[in-house]
Amino acid sequence: MLKTRIIPCLDVADGRVVKGVNFVDLVDAGDPVESARAYDAAGADELCFLDIHATHENRGTMHDVVRRTAENCYIPLTVGGGVRTPEDVRDLLLAGADKVSFNSAAVADPDVVARAADRFGSQCIVVAIDAKTVSPGKWEIFTHGGRKATGIDAVEFARMITDKGAGEILLTSMDRDGTRAGFNIPLTRAIADAVDVPVIASGGVGTLDHLVEGVRDGHASAVLAASIFHFGEYTIAQAKEHMAAAGIEVRLT
Amino acid sequence: MLTAIIDYESGNLHSAEKAFQRMAREIDGGTVTVTSDADVVARADRIVLPGDGAFPACAAALRGQSGLYDALREAVEQHARPFLGICVGMQLMAEWGREYSDTSGLGWIGGEVVKITPDDPALKVPHMGWNDLVIDAPHPVFDGVKTGDHAYFVHSYHFRVTTPAQRLAHVNYGGDVTAVVGRDTMIGMQFHPEKSQAVGLRMIANFLRWTP
Repeated sequence: MLKTRIIPCLDVADGRVVKGVNFVDLVDAGDPVESARAYDAAGADELCFLDIHATHENRGTMHDVVRRTAENCYIPLTVGGGVRTPEDVRDLLLAGADKVSFNSAAVADPDVVARAADRFGSQCIVVAIDAKTVSPGKWEIFTHGGRKATGIDAVEFARMITDKGAGEILLTSMDRDGTRAGFNIPLTRAIADAVDVPVIASGGVGTLDHLVEGVRDGHASAVLAASIFHFGEYTIAQAKEHMAAAGIEVRLT
Repeated sequence: MLTAIIDYESGNLHSAEKAFQRMAREIDGGTVTVTSDADVVARADRIVLPGDGAFPACAAALRGQSGLYDALREAVEQHARPFLGICVGMQLMAEWGREYSDTSGLGWIGGEVVKITPDDPALKVPHMGWNDLVIDAPHPVFDGVKTGDHAYFVHSYHFRVTTPAQRLAHVNYGGDVTAVVGRDTMIGMQFHPEKSQAVGLRMIANFLRWTP
């Protein structure tokens, strides 16, 4: 049976991890490749790199990070941040990414997702949705790191973009991101139940119970977290044991 | 000993290349090269056919390079070189792919590639993530691998084989989903061994050692 995935996410800027990974003795905690190796060894099911300062000029830096990571890690790698065109997708796939994530570009032009999925297959096209609660049971897409409202309903967008060919949704609750108060469960469930493709829950994890809630109550197929792992509060193994004890099927390594 | 990973412009070969090269180094398994050169495929001792994306697109891309396609067929069908298909590369071993349209495959393993239809509507398609293998038949590539070990899958279609004995492993996903097929000198894996950590690397090493 398919297992629920635990995905650590590393924010990368100019080829460096923004908040270094602290749970093992790394020679260079700011090196994304070393951090990725540590997570691979720790039993992470996938990895996610988010290029938070993606610009045209520093693209080569990220490609180099992806290339070196792919040479050292034998688990799937998703890369997002600044992806705008099918060519951007192609460059990252050739560098060694397994999946590439669209964000703002998919909101501005949903057809770019269709073009990328037709060319490379839905299996490698992720769409990252950043949503905020606007009224109870109503969520709106925000872009530009949560600063720009779009007026687009998040659930409708998720349905439409998976029809276009998105193979997975990376859903971040902008209300919860950074709060450590847990996932936005109603939002997660509304989207997970609305689409046929896997949904990764993101934003707000502070405890291991939150991971359980995202899957059990939010119906997510995977959970993404950053700080609870990066700072050594919990290991991947502890997270998996906790989820297994709650009756969630995970891959124990 | 030369292992050729066929590059027909279908997907990311970088991680596959690195994983095969690493295991070849560890077991003294010779050279691994990524190639679209028919001559290299013709003289390779082992052949790996990867593939990501849609069946018709991959089949067309492979056939589009006629010399390469013919070299592959000749090496596997006439010279019995050990062959490993990965993901869509495994699906291409089928007689038919039913994705979007009906497309003929290499026809090495009887059966067709059809949409995954889990009997539980809560199960998502694509089947994406780690699933535990159920080994149906022993095979040298499973040396050190057992039922219950996990592999990484990402696909929406799967191989329904005609001859049950040619399905070597499966997983459960609202019904049986074929994980490994094989006969004679050919083997195919639906999952990505190059993305399946120690279990996958083990199977890659086993393939590189396999002398059918």
